Amino acid sequence: MRIPCPFCGLRGHEEFVVDGDATVTRPAPGRPDAPTAAVRFVYLRDNPAGWHREWWFHAFGCERWIVVERDTVTHAVGRVWSAGDPAPGEDR
Amino acid sequence: MSARPGAGARLADGGLIDRTRTLRFRFDGREYAGHPGDTLASALLAHGVHRVARSFKYHRSRGILSAGFEEPNALVELGEGDARVPNTPATTIELFEGLDAQSQNRWPSLRFDLRAVNRLFSALLPAGFYYKTFMWPAAFWERVYEPAIRRAAGLGRASGAPDPATYERSYGFCDVLVVGAGPAGLAAALGAARSGARVWLVEADCRAGGRLLAERLAIGGEPALRWVEATVAELESMPTVRVLRRATAVGRYDGGVYAILERVGADRAQSAPFEPRERLWHVVARHGVLASGAIEQPLVFENNDLPGILLAGAVRAYANRYAVLAGRRVVVATSCDDAWATARDLLRAGASVEAIVDQRPAAARGPGAWAPDGVPVETGWLRRARGRDRVRAVEIEAASGRTRRVACDAIAMSGGWAPQLQLATHLGERLRWDGAAQCFAPESWPPDLSGAGAVCGEFGLAAALAAGARCGTGAARALGFRATDLVLPAVEPDRPLQTVPSRAARAVRAAFVDWQNDVTIADVQLAVREGFAASEHLKRYTTLGMATDQGKTSSLNGLIALAEATGRRLEELGPTTHRPPVVPVTIGALAGRHRGRHYRPTRLPPAHAVAADLGAVFVETGPWLRAQVFPRAGDRGWLDAMCREVNTVRRAVGVCDVSTLGKVDVQGADAPEFLERVYASRIATLAIGRVRYALMRREDGFVMDDGTVARLGERHYLLSTTTAGAVDVYRHLQYCRQVLWPDLDVRLASVTDQWAQFAVAGPRSRELLGRLVEPGIDLADPQFPLLAAGSVRLGDGTAARLFRVSFCGELAYELAVPARAAHRTLERLFEAGAPLGVAPYGLEALGAMRIEKGHVAGNEINGQTTAADLGLGRWTTKDGDSVGAVLARRPGLADPQRPRLAGFVPVDRAQRLGAGAHLIALGAPRDAAHDEGYLSSVAYSPTLGHWIGLGFLRRAAERVGERVLAHDPLRGRDALVEVVETPFVDPRGERLRG
Ligand SMILES: [Zn+2]
Repeated sequence: MRIPCPFCGLRGHEEFVVDGDATVTRPAPGRPDAPTAAVRFVYLRDNPAGWHREWWFHAFGCERWIVVERDTVTHAVGRVWSAGDPAPGEDR
Repeated sequence: MSARPGAGARLADGGLIDRTRTLRFRFDGREYAGHPGDTLASALLAHGVHRVARSFKYHRSRGILSAGFEEPNALVELGEGDARVPNTPATTIELFEGLDAQSQNRWPSLRFDLRAVNRLFSALLPAGFYYKTFMWPAAFWERVYEPAIRRAAGLGRASGAPDPATYERSYGFCDVLVVGAGPAGLAAALGAARSGARVWLVEADCRAGGRLLAERLAIGGEPALRWVEATVAELESMPTVRVLRRATAVGRYDGGVYAILERVGADRAQSAPFEPRERLWHVVARHGVLASGAIEQPLVFENNDLPGILLAGAVRAYANRYAVLAGRRVVVATSCDDAWATARDLLRAGASVEAIVDQRPAAARGPGAWAPDGVPVETGWLRRARGRDRVRAVEIEAASGRTRRVACDAIAMSGGWAPQLQLATHLGERLRWDGAAQCFAPESWPPDLSGAGAVCGEFGLAAALAAGARCGTGAARALGFRATDLVLPAVEPDRPLQTVPSRAARAVRAAFVDWQNDVTIADVQLAVREGFAASEHLKRYTTLGMATDQGKTSSLNGLIALAEATGRRLEELGPTTHRPPVVPVTIGALAGRHRGRHYRPTRLPPAHAVAADLGAVFVETGPWLRAQVFPRAGDRGWLDAMCREVNTVRRAVGVCDVSTLGKVDVQGADAPEFLERVYASRIATLAIGRVRYALMRREDGFVMDDGTVARLGERHYLLSTTTAGAVDVYRHLQYCRQVLWPDLDVRLASVTDQWAQFAVAGPRSRELLGRLVEPGIDLADPQFPLLAAGSVRLGDGTAARLFRVSFCGELAYELAVPARAAHRTLERLFEAGAPLGVAPYGLEALGAMRIEKGHVAGNEINGQTTAADLGLGRWTTKDGDSVGAVLARRPGLADPQRPRLAGFVPVDRAQRLGAGAHLIALGAPRDAAHDEGYLSSVAYSPTLGHWIGLGFLRRAAERVGERVLAHDPLRGRDALVEVVETPFVDPRGERLRG
């Protein structure tokens, strides 16, 4: 698998560390349902067959966390963008 | 001993061999000779040696079936001793001077094989034998069957010794990768390369040409090999092209990644210095062109495995390429036109063709099915071959039902050609049976892969050249190169191959489908009767196609037999899945240079050499080598050394290299806020010039790591992490900064490698450091108190950092210097400290002292413990958000029943403790239900003179003074221990303040 890092270009996946689901968001602190929301954030994951968004860290490159759209069935890589940026074409 | 390069079977002229040179080689201890250009197989055939192996299960005599990588029979061991390599097909071994090969699967010799009696009992080894046998009494299996089967059924022997050869991994990138340098591949490479695209052409053979090497064909009115040579020369003249010979593309992976095995040293006995025996390429190609050709399939009839029965195309290859006749009186049997060319080439070479037997009625044959006058042609099939160690005759059953017997010394058979589509299916693509082409074809080609030539069922030369050119230029254009169409040389128009699926024989035991795994047509029929009627089930039940040849000459016949046995059509039966590798790959090639101590990198702290000079014994901690102890003459073991080192620290001063601790530099206006969020401990109140112990939690509330936070400036911090946690913690911090809080103004850099750090510990540590720092710097308590942090300049001008922290409980400092100054600074510490009694101390002393002080380390921060479990709840008392704060408050984690950290001492002070021992209340049964905790770290305490331990125990705080059993069934050692408070040594921390 090769990943087009937005900063370094197309690189082999060996340079990256994957950290799973990028569709979950850390709940804001202090909300009334904080424990439930935290459990959801930490433990509950979908396991889609098909397109998924994952966090990848370019450990042997620019040390940026990036979102990679990956087809979990074929390993096809779709859009890739940097942490902190909205997905291309989507509002933050 | 005959050592002439070709007794009898070698033709007087022709072939791609160099008759001016003779190469001597040995097979099973006997000397032979051949020529450059020979393979081991062709050189043996030149001497009339057909029988070269015994079969895997029944130990039947086996000969050379093919002339290529598909060979299922002629597997040999190459070399001797630690350099022995098993299971190499003799058909792919290039002959070299001094080659030494041994046959396999025979004992005591190829000629007299005692296990050939297996043949007599073959009814005991039917399909599914292995599964059925497992149902027998287990003890019987272990003691009787398995050892016997293992001894009987080895496929060659591994040497059992370290391989002296070297292997390497290499990486490559190209626009177009062409697999196979036959006519289609050469045309594709040329078409793409002339556009300027970066092209790799990989060919498994030692020569380009593919089938052209084995045929007598013309291109542009000249022998085809002239065109091959000119094309290769043009390709190799281009700087953008790389031609790899002896290289097989063994796997295709997502992202256009291909694994290519290059047998660098395949043509010589000894690799050149520094030259690898094999190289495994990892090549990234924007587009792939598969021109891997096709493999001829055998016919299935009784005794079809006798030596002397070869594939018709292989007989042609031996005659035309190697100038060797596989037989003088040959019967050609076929289900396609192609084998008729074998008959013609044999006649031209002077052999006699006793009969051509074609399964197809005359009307179904194509224009290629013609024979010179005088050759008997029969419509029918082979029923049974006769002979013992070599075919002597064959019974031919005519379509009319009449049977006749024909004497012969070889049979050239062809059941048609099967495209080599493995690479096209490695990513899960499916194949379907193409009834028109009579072969499998991909349901669809992936966008970054195309096929040309025989691999697409285009079996003619003209079609191969045209398709290759089209694929090559097409790929280049699709990638944005300006490719012009190739002007193709003139060739004879193609004749269709006109194959029909070969008819399988009736259920006779010795009609083989899979030569290498000894699977017969009867096995297939038995499997179907027992309900294994799907192709994948049949494969697993009979092991058909599961040998090292991966079914290259057996899968198709197995499917045909399955279709016949179940009354289904091939269209309904999917082929079994192909998985990488296409051909066997040595473990050595996969490992490359990553073997022994090079399995992974070894990291050395920058002052490693100083410790080595001091006689340190090193220990691996993760990738690091760290000093464990510094033994001296007279020590009775590591314990003596450790005790001396601890005593030195407690009484004078010791120095320990702690450079492996992770270090992260944090800067920015929001650095305090950032650290407040990532640490469970309070950071906001940390003053400039101060350092603090701090805990980091994971989001699930468990402790992730511990370390120190030093504030070097208003917006400048330096964190330390554990050695083992350095990489993960840094990645986690980057996650927090970039993903969770991208709006904070903070930057991080790992500076683990940039700074060396030394613990200087003991009552005389201040005195020692005073001798190192620039004159005038006062390290006395008011100026540099406990938990002070700051920059200092050393006497030699080094800009250093000093932290007054202590892991051992003594007056202690950690001195950090830039890595380049590490060596001289450490040396200077020992020089300056000599009058003070300084000594180095290693990990053993460090560990013993931290246990004496009750400090937790990796054994306690094991991912399953909370701050409260560790007795460190006081470090996490703060409000507000931080990573893990919410889930740390879960009721389950606040449960008072959770085991908490406590100290333990043996009631009998002479007794030793063992880490991992489980804690059980006195009188309770010693079982998991009564397990109340465990010892996590133990050490002999030189200060107290007995063993001590840290561990986790339920309600530990209430149980100080209680005696419990430390149950250690693993070591068979139980100890009565007493629960005590920690620290064990200097509980009030008086020594810490000096
Ligand atoms: Zn990058």
